[in-house]
Amino acid sequence: MSIALFRIDDRLIHGQVVVGWGQPLDCTFIVLVDDEVRESDWEQDLYRMGVPPHIEIIFASVNEAAERLPAWETDPRVGILLVPDIDTAAALVGKSDRVKRLNVGGIHHRAGRTERLRFVYLTDEERAKLRQLAAAGVDVTAQDVPTARPVPLGEFA
Amino acid sequence: MSEPLRGVIVSHSGVAQALVSAVALITGIESALVPVSNEGCDNDALGERLRQAVGERPAVLFVDLPGGSCLTNSIRYAKQHADIAVVTGVNLAMLLDFVFNREISPAEAARRAVDAGAKAIRVTAA
Repeated sequence: MSIALFRIDDRLIHGQVVVGWGQPLDCTFIVLVDDEVRESDWEQDLYRMGVPPHIEIIFASVNEAAERLPAWETDPRVGILLVPDIDTAAALVGKSDRVKRLNVGGIHHRAGRTERLRFVYLTDEERAKLRQLAAAGVDVTAQDVPTARPVPLGEFA
Repeated sequence: MSEPLRGVIVSHSGVAQALVSAVALITGIESALVPVSNEGCDNDALGERLRQAVGERPAVLFVDLPGGSCLTNSIRYAKQHADIAVVTGVNLAMLLDFVFNREISPAEAARRAVDAGAKAIRVTAA
């Protein structure tokens, strides 16, 4: 196992990811896929602050992630790959056939979205995009922390 | 300094509100601290909560953990606004000191808070 979790989370690196998932998975690297963060040194510094020293953070653009996924998959360490939103997840799936499953971990409220789960709010367009990902063969479930039940796509989108 | 500093506590779940309540109970001072929870927020929403809590005044942001969304958004906010200092590892002791010492700059108040907070952490004799 190399990338143990492919996760959509609009907070990217935060406690649920580092502690909630990172500890039980024994994760020692996190791939943060976000074109904007990839270009911002200070945003990268911010995200590094939240991670203990034994965890490496790799910042990647969507294109870099698609290119490097095969290498990360053969990494002997256990990793978590994070994207900030459904569009980034869809872009990565479009460029790489390595993403077989997606964990919807946190998409929070904003105008136009309705509550689907306590930690998942979606617009109609976003629901359609998630269903398209599922139709393309990606196993999409929602689960904020490992002790929770993975909610199948049909129950929230 | 025209008006005393404001302290904004930024936390997971209800920690910030609980600390504000405890300070008010102990000191009777109710206007110095404002709680912000990250519950249900993405980064944009938490940034907006911070903006409303700070209210265009000099302030110290007291964050619960030295990492995570509360910290990243507090630092992001501080980078975009003048007269904001950020302290991590908030505890009741530093807040009790802060509410009585708010006629100083945010940077001074932050240093003072770190001292007061650290002094409260110790192993006591049994």
